[in-house]
Amino acid sequence: MSDRRKAIEVRNLNKWYGEFHALKDVSVTVSHGERIVVCGPSGSGKSTLIRCINSLEKYDSGNIFVQQIEMKDEVSINKIFSEIGMVFQQFNLFPHLSILDNLTLGPIKALGLSKTDAEERAMNYLKRVRITDQANKKPSALSGGQQQRVAIARSLCMEPKIMLFDEPTSALDPEMIAEVLDVIVDLAEDGMTMICVTHEMGFARRAADRMIFMDQGEVIETAEPKEFFETPKSKRCQEFLSQILQH
Amino acid sequence: MKLKFSLWLFIVLALAGCSSQPGIWGWYVIDPRTVAGYNNIRFLLNGFGATILLSLIAAGLSMIIGLMVALPGMSTNRWISFPSRIYVEFVRAIPLLPMLFWVFYGLPVVLKSFGITISIDAFWGAIITLAISDSAFTSEIYRSGIQSINKGQTEAAKTVGLNYSQTMRYVILPQAIKRILPPLANQFIYIVKMSAFASVIGMQELTRRANELVVTEYRPLEIYTLLILEYLILVLIISFFVRWLERKMGSDESK
Ligand SMILES: Nc1ncnc2c1ncn2[C@@H]1O[C@H](COP(=O)(O)OP(=O)(O)OP(=O)(O)O)[C@@H](O)[C@H]1O
Ligand SMILES: [Mg+2]
Repeated sequence: MSDRRKAIEVRNLNKWYGEFHALKDVSVTVSHGERIVVCGPSGSGKSTLIRCINSLEKYDSGNIFVQQIEMKDEVSINKIFSEIGMVFQQFNLFPHLSILDNLTLGPIKALGLSKTDAEERAMNYLKRVRITDQANKKPSALSGGQQQRVAIARSLCMEPKIMLFDEPTSALDPEMIAEVLDVIVDLAEDGMTMICVTHEMGFARRAADRMIFMDQGEVIETAEPKEFFETPKSKRCQEFLSQILQH
Repeated sequence: MKLKFSLWLFIVLALAGCSSQPGIWGWYVIDPRTVAGYNNIRFLLNGFGATILLSLIAAGLSMIIGLMVALPGMSTNRWISFPSRIYVEFVRAIPLLPMLFWVFYGLPVVLKSFGITISIDAFWGAIITLAISDSAFTSEIYRSGIQSINKGQTEAAKTVGLNYSQTMRYVILPQAIKRILPPLANQFIYIVKMSAFASVIGMQELTRRANELVVTEYRPLEIYTLLILEYLILVLIISFFVRWLERKMGSDESK
C-alpha cells in the first residue's frame, strides 16, 4: 500500500478543540517534489492541518505518515523535525540571538555539527535567501521581509526534505511580499517538497503543482492550479475565489 | 525615593525625640565614644555577617528549588504538574515560624527514623526553612517569566530539532531572565526580613544579638531602634540594586 514516492500521507485525520471539530476526516497525499498550496477562509483549519503534520498539534484520530513512517510515538516525532522544516507567519526568530546563531543553533545542538561546519552551512543558506552582511545583527535590526527570509534559511539549515509554510507573507508589508515569495519560488524550482498555506494566488499559479481548498475543517476541492482557478467545481470554492481575486 | 524619604523621616524623628526629651532616650548604650558602647555596637553590627550569609545561601537554594518546582509545574501532563501545584499550595500555607520549629526540632527525628543521623544546627535549620518557604514564591516568578515568552519561540525551537532542555536552556530562559531577575532580587528583601526568625532557634544574627543585648542592658528602645535601622539600610541597598537591575534589563529589551 505504501507508495515509495509519497512524502506525506494524511489519512482520515480528525481533530477537536474541545467541542469544536476543527479537522473533519481530512486525507491528503503529497508526493516527493510536489508543491501544494492550501487556501480557504479564515478558521477553515489550514494551520491546524499543517501543525498536525509536523506534530506541533496533537490529533484525535487518523494517521500521518512522513516519508512512509507513521508519526505516533516520541521516537518518530523527534525524527520529524529533521525531515520537515516549518516557516511561521510571525517568523518566530530567536530575538536574543544573532542571525548567525539563529541559523546554527539547531544544526549544532540537534544535528551535532561542529561550529565551523554549522556556520559555513548557515552562510550558504543566507546567501541563498539573499541576506548578506547581516549575519551578526539581531533579528530586530532587520525588516520584516528580511526576517522571514532568515526564518526560511534557519529551516533550510536543518536540510529538511519537506518544507511547510503557514501564511509566510501575511504579516508583511505589501512591498516585502515579493522578496519572500521569490525565495520560496526558488526553492520550489529546486524540487523541494512543500506545503504552503497562502492567499497569494499569483504565487500559487507560478509555483503550485496542486491546490487544496479547505472550508470548515474539510478538504473541499483539490485540483491543478489551472483547473482550480478556471473551473472551480464547488460553490464554496467559487465564492472564495471571487472574493479573494477581487483585490 | 519613597524609601529614602521614610528613612530620613525616621532618623529625624528619632533624633528629635532624642534631644527634646532626653529622659526617654539613653543612647549611651551604643555610644561608640565609650568603651562599653563601642563594644555593644560592635556586637550588634557583627550580626550583619550572619544575616547576609544566611539570606544569600537561602536565596540561592530557593532559586534552585523554585526552578525545579516551576519547570514540571508548567507541563501539560497533569501527572507531572500536579506535585508542583501541591508543593506551592502547601508551602505557601505554612507560616514561617512553625516551619522553622518543625525543621529544627522535628526534621532530625524524621531523618533519624530513616537511619540518617544529622544534627541540624541553627544556621542550616534557618537556611533550609527560608529556602523552602521562599521557593514557593520564586517558582511562581519563574512560571510567570517563562510563560511571558511567546509560544512561537518554543515551537520554532522544536522545528529546528531542539529537545525540551535545549529549548529551555538556549531559547526560553535567556529571554525570560529579564522578567525573572528583577522580581527574584526583590524577593531577596523578603528573605532578609524573614531571616530575623532565625533568632528564635539561637542563630546569632542581627535580631538575636539585639535581643541578647536588651536582656543585659535593659535599653530596648535604643537597641531595637538601631536594629530597625540596620534592616532598613540592608533593604535600601538591595532595593537600590533591584532598581538598577530593572533599568538594565528594561533597556536591554528595547535593543
Ligand atoms: N488552540 C485552539 N483552541 C481552540 N480553538 C482553536 C485553537 N486553534 C485553532 N482553533 C480554532 O480552530 C479553527 C481552525 O483554526 P486554524 O488556525 O487552523 O484556521 P486557519 O484556516 O489557519 O485560519 P486563518 O486563515 O485565520 O489562519 C478556528 O475556528 C479556530 O478558532
Ligand atoms: Mg492559520
